[in-house]
This record gives sequence, structure tokens and C-alpha cells, in this order.
Amino acid sequence: MSTSLTQEDWSRLIFDKLAEGGVTLFSYVPDFGNSVLVDMADEDNRTRTVLLSSEQEGVALCAGADLVGGRGVLLMQSSGVGNVPNMLSLVQGGRFPMLMIVTMRGEYGEQNPWQYPMGQAVVPVLEAMGIQCIRVERDDELDQAVDSAISAAFAAGQGVALILTQNFLGAKAF
Amino acid sequence: MTDLPESTIDRKTLLPQLFPHPENYLLLAGLAGTAKDSAAWTGEADNLLTLGGAMGAAVAMGLGMALSAPDRQVAVMTGDGELLMNVGVLATVASVMPDNLTIVCVDNGQHGETGGQPGHTSRRTDLAKMADGAGIPSVMTVTSPEELPAAQKFLTESPAPRFLCVRVMPGAPTVYKRNWDLAECRLIFRNAFLSG
Repeated sequence: MSTSLTQEDWSRLIFDKLAEGGVTLFSYVPDFGNSVLVDMADEDNRTRTVLLSSEQEGVALCAGADLVGGRGVLLMQSSGVGNVPNMLSLVQGGRFPMLMIVTMRGEYGEQNPWQYPMGQAVVPVLEAMGIQCIRVERDDELDQAVDSAISAAFAAGQGVALILTQNFLGAKAF
Repeated sequence: MTDLPESTIDRKTLLPQLFPHPENYLLLAGLAGTAKDSAAWTGEADNLLTLGGAMGAAVAMGLGMALSAPDRQVAVMTGDGELLMNVGVLATVASVMPDNLTIVCVDNGQHGETGGQPGHTSRRTDLAKMADGAGIPSVMTVTSPEELPAAQKFLTESPAPRFLCVRVMPGAPTVYKRNWDLAECRLIFRNAFLSG
């Protein structure tokens, strides 16, 4: 069944929960999947966005925010997960809280063969570095999944990735 | 070999000359030599976090601190190898333009931690030009001890974000056995900041 929530709807739900959860820094490498969420973070005066050159910067940036009591999130496409593993040494070794939101390519419905190798490796790579993955496949899973990811990161100090699957997002048509 | 200037600066005496009042900063040092020099300089003060891995993290980590503690001055000490590992972060800093972030690159032109193998800056690469090209508004390079008073002034008076490239002589960093437990170091730094 295809999603009935629009990108505006689910981006708003995620943004509101993050902002209310005290997340002020939205670091990102642009992806179609995170574009509306980034716009919301740009427009809200509680939050600011940081355009990254590489996803690995976002891990370090969020760790730096934590050192002074701040909270950040790292938004990226699945291909970007391949850029972060060594930086996740900070999370395992330093027990920094870490919240990532990964918008998937290279799975259900994907037409670009270049997206498959990293898309299929997202969960094994993150889990190998100690990051727990919460996958969202359906609209009715989103609300609880976002709450779970936020509390795992910022209440329990875990490294966690919220994986927005292509089943949930809808496969890219271009 | 190179048209980059030879240095006469000893890295072991550098940081106290650049920062007479380290207590006024939140300090972050990238892995290897700069971490040892920084730890020895401050006696591992609780306003310093040093990295032992995650090569390429230092500047981005400092940026996260600077954005989340806008009332404090943040100084990042990094090396040429550490910075080049993730040099795109200079563009990230320039886009954000934090007015409380200082980056000092201790550039010895080699990978000291792994045996002193030559790095790009011993050949043709100029990190100050890269910082300038990335859009960092204030950039300076020094190669001699006589320039360090001017460098100290640069670090307090030039518009931030600022980037100081200190070319140093080859040679070992300060010998210092520092705390390798990052989880403990995180808590020490964080608790000191939040209670300060």
C-alpha cells in the first residue's frame, strides 16, 4: 500500500517532535527525502541548519554539540551512510548520543543501479558500528518510531538511526 | 621539492604563545601530535577535549560546539593530515560563519603519528589557500617565532571564523600520556561546561 501521508505531513511530524525534543542543529547532506524537513528547520527560529560537505562531519558536529549540552541530528541519504563509519568511533568510544535520519535509496522500487550497493549495506554498516536501526515501512509506524529514536538517543544516550524506507517514502520517479 | 616556506617554529613551545589565556576557550584537539601538545600545555584541563582517532573530526566537532555555545570562544587545534582527511569542512564552516570559532592548523608536513611519512603540505599543498578558497574570512600563515605575537593578535582581533596555519619544524610533539577513555573525557568536559 502506498503512503497516504504527504512529504509535508511526515516532515512536519518529525520536525515538531525533534524541535520539541530540544534538537536545535539540523545537519544534512541534501536529499530529496530530507528537503522539506530541512526547509522547516530553516524557517523555525528554534532551529538552524548546517549544510555539510560530507556526512561524516555531521557525526562530529552532533558530538560537539553534546559536549556543551546541545542536541543535533544528522540527515542523509542512504548513500551517505558509507561515509560515516570511522566517525562513529566517537559514539562507541565516547558514548555520545547520536541521532541520524536516513532516507533510503537502493531498495524497494529503485531504478538506479548505482544506489543498490550502499542502499543494501546501510543497516549492516550501521549495526557493525553499534548504531541501532529503526525502520519505518508504513505511515502508522512513523509516530512511535520517531519517539523511540529520540528517546533512545537523548534519554538513553544511544546511537540510533531512523531509517525511512522507500516503501514508506515512495520510490523516486525520476 | 616545494616552494612552501621552511619553518623555524618549534611545535612544543607554540600553543602557550598563541593562547596566553587557554581558560577563556573551549578547546578541542584533533588526534596525534596536536592532541599531545594540547594535553601537555593545559595539563588536560577540563575545557579541553583531545581525540585519539576519528581522524577528520576536529573542526566539525568544534563547529558543533561553537554553534551550541554561542557565548563562548571555541578553538580547534588540528594537524595538516587530520584536516586534509575531511577538508571539505572548511566550506561548511564558511557557509555557517560562526563568529566564535578559531582553527589552528599545526602543519608539520608529515604524518607524525604513523612514522613521519611526508604529507601533501610538504609538497605542493597550501592549507591556508584552501581555507581562503573555502571562504574563511580571516586566514594567516606563520613560519617563524618572530611572527607569533602577530599571530596571537590575529587570533583575538581578526573577524571569525579564522584560520591560522602554523608551519612548524619536523620533530616529535610533546611527550605526554593522556587519558584515552573518550567516554570519561566527554563526561569531564561536559560536566565542567554545564556546571560552569
